[in-house]
Amino acid sequence: MGRILLVGRLAVRDLRRRRTEAALLLIAIMAATTTLTLGLVLRDAASDPYQSTREATNGPDVVANVGRAAELSALKGLAGAPGVIDHSGPYPVTAAALQASGRTSDVQVVGRDAAPASVDQPELIKGGWVRDGGVVVEAAFANALDVRVGDPVTLDGRSFEVVGVAVTAAMPPYPKASCYLPCMSGAVSDNPDGAGLPPGLLHNPGLVWLTQADVRSLPPNPDSLAYVMNLKLADPDGAQAFVDANHGEQSGAVPMQPWENILEDATELAGDSQILLLIGAWLLGLLAVASLSVLVGGRMADQTRRVGLLKAVGGTPSLVAAVLLAEYVLVAVVAAAAGLAVGSLTAPLLTESSAGLVGSAGPPSMTMSTVGLVTAVALGVAVLATVVPVVRAARSSTVDALADSARPPRRIGWLIAISARLPVPLLLALRVAARRPRRVVLGVVSIVVTVSGIYVLLVLNAFLATQPLVGGYDDAQVEVLRHVLLVWTVVLLSLAAVNAIVITWATVLDNRHSSALARALGAAPREVSTALAAAQVLPALVGAILGVFPGGFALFAAINAITGGDSDRVTLPSLWQLLALVLGTVLVVAVLTAVPARLSSRRPVTETL
Amino acid sequence: MSNAADTSVLRARGLRKEYGKGEGVVRAVDGVDLDIGAGETVAVMGPSGCGKSTLLHLLGGLDRPSDGEVWLNGRRIDDIGEKALARMRRTAVGFVFQAFHLMEELTAVENVELSALLAGRSPRAARRRAEELLEQVGLADRARFLPSALSGGQRQRVAVARALSNEPLVVLADEPTGNLDSAATLDVLQLFESLHESGQTLVVVTHDARIAATADRLISMRDGAFVDETRLTGGTTGRLGALIGLED
Repeated sequence: MGRILLVGRLAVRDLRRRRTEAALLLIAIMAATTTLTLGLVLRDAASDPYQSTREATNGPDVVANVGRAAELSALKGLAGAPGVIDHSGPYPVTAAALQASGRTSDVQVVGRDAAPASVDQPELIKGGWVRDGGVVVEAAFANALDVRVGDPVTLDGRSFEVVGVAVTAAMPPYPKASCYLPCMSGAVSDNPDGAGLPPGLLHNPGLVWLTQADVRSLPPNPDSLAYVMNLKLADPDGAQAFVDANHGEQSGAVPMQPWENILEDATELAGDSQILLLIGAWLLGLLAVASLSVLVGGRMADQTRRVGLLKAVGGTPSLVAAVLLAEYVLVAVVAAAAGLAVGSLTAPLLTESSAGLVGSAGPPSMTMSTVGLVTAVALGVAVLATVVPVVRAARSSTVDALADSARPPRRIGWLIAISARLPVPLLLALRVAARRPRRVVLGVVSIVVTVSGIYVLLVLNAFLATQPLVGGYDDAQVEVLRHVLLVWTVVLLSLAAVNAIVITWATVLDNRHSSALARALGAAPREVSTALAAAQVLPALVGAILGVFPGGFALFAAINAITGGDSDRVTLPSLWQLLALVLGTVLVVAVLTAVPARLSSRRPVTETL
Repeated sequence: MSNAADTSVLRARGLRKEYGKGEGVVRAVDGVDLDIGAGETVAVMGPSGCGKSTLLHLLGGLDRPSDGEVWLNGRRIDDIGEKALARMRRTAVGFVFQAFHLMEELTAVENVELSALLAGRSPRAARRRAEELLEQVGLADRARFLPSALSGGQRQRVAVARALSNEPLVVLADEPTGNLDSAATLDVLQLFESLHESGQTLVVVTHDARIAATADRLISMRDGAFVDETRLTGGTTGRLGALIGLED
């Protein structure tokens, strides 16, 4: 017990003694834990609004549909299939072109009874249910169209009045609505360059409800109607099994959708946000490991003498390792707690319910698995970054440690030979970099990760700017994804800035002696500070180039593969944007590193030597 | 102090260096006047903490005085900018430190050529000069060795070679044998002797009387001030080791 107390006390005292470093450690780990928390919380919150909608509308477990009246008997047969306890329909469905408020869209029109149905009775958000001459518009579609109750609309040229706005769990909300029949009735031209498109065109088909009589009167040929039926099963969790049993692979089978598939489509936005955040969390985790490794390395160099003293008064190598490790474990635990708190507080900004579903995601729930995973990642990051220097310090010779002898620098002969041909600042810069190649690699990795992230942000931002023209997301969803990207950007850039400063600071500390010696031998302070900054800027240039290619390309391809995105729909950054990204990164690193480099060159030579 | 003030390579007037403020002020160097002629070897002696090293740092432009003047080769250097001071150090002053201060990742020859590279010499010329100097200090066969593979005496000889790289007006040595055993001390002293004979101006700070005995002039310091100055007739002899008690 006394031993644990001693370890704890020594760890806390050292953290208090070096508050700035402790704060930087905290920020680095917290950035990763916050983003991870957001990603995990979003996963838990994503399904809530759909479940609320399912309950409110008595949503179907399976939706079945046929494309022709001739197949209607097969559809009706499903109502008596084993496991079905209730159904509604079959309802007639047709495709039409809708015009309202100066906007045009393809729609699929479902004919419903005026009386409530026992399965899938759409929940009215505003207005009333269908009546002859009155159309009810799916809520997310109504938002995109900007129509309200009382507004006039036309369907294939026939006038109707919007009598209600409703949500359903039988189909994903706009713009993810699927079609029971070929529902592109001609509002959207097939012309790829978009020539001749009507103004205010919406590219994705929407969903509206009319009375059955109105639907049957819309198409010129009643035989062209499709039909849909909603089934309630005794075992909702067995929906896929029911589909498999009654659908099979035989030709002429009735197409069916289990409710889980609809859930997946309905929550695709939250899913996409979550994937982005989780990938962001892993990127930030990498950055955190990089910054921690450098911070810990720098701290260990400063703690050599302390390690010697601990050993001299009887501390075993394991005690020394425990004391050093305890500091980082403490910081990791605090960072995990802070990340969980900040992540759960900011998550509601990213979990706004879609307009097409009832209820809101509400305050995201914090599950034990989320807490456990975030804490484990924080501890993992801390241990991964610290274990090597901690073990090295614990194993160091007591006499050497007491003499405060620094870890000998690396020698890279060819780099030293090349540097002799360069101007003084570059000569010194290359030699500074060559002394600690591992730190240079960490610096390059840090910039590669950051620039790859920024590359993907540029692509996604350009993609969102084209919405809803390209299709996929409506305005509200674009706004949510923009929030996600903003979180990414802020956290990524903050951590990258912390990294740049930390790496420079560690380099400055590590090169105190050699910088002072260079000045004693005649190097000007500006040459030394330029060299220290250049030692960061050169790896930053390499990192920025690698971050664009292959880093950015690979990361975007990975995100595309995971989310099932269509890379043909996005515009990749132009050459000038990529050049600006590389040069901007180098410039920012130069500015960030200039201050510590300049401060170090002002330190009197005699103090160091 | 000297009647050859105008021909002095190094001159100080009223040199003062203080640390701290108010009642806690410490005068490391307290009103020092000094003239060192070309080719002269001056030893500065005194107990630890008497201000010897601080004086050397002030003379070499590594530190700035609180008051007083320092002139190097007729140019006042205590009031010039950092950049000019750096330029002056790289061309006119060579330092030899007690702890050698070699770059651990550079070989002996790379350490020696560093000063020349900083001074803007071509890599080829810097390397040629470094190899010559290493030969001069008897380490031609150790040119590609890292400092960790050299003995203390060999490291200090590399440091001396480095100090000579840019043919400085004056070499300032701070306890050059402080970290060395007797045999290595003899090596370094013989090296200094050859420098002296070649006309190199030398200022050696030491607390070792045997080393001081090799100088042209011996200055004793106490509490930051000069308390005694002795001109040593004849300076060192051909049997330096015997003189300082390192040889029979």
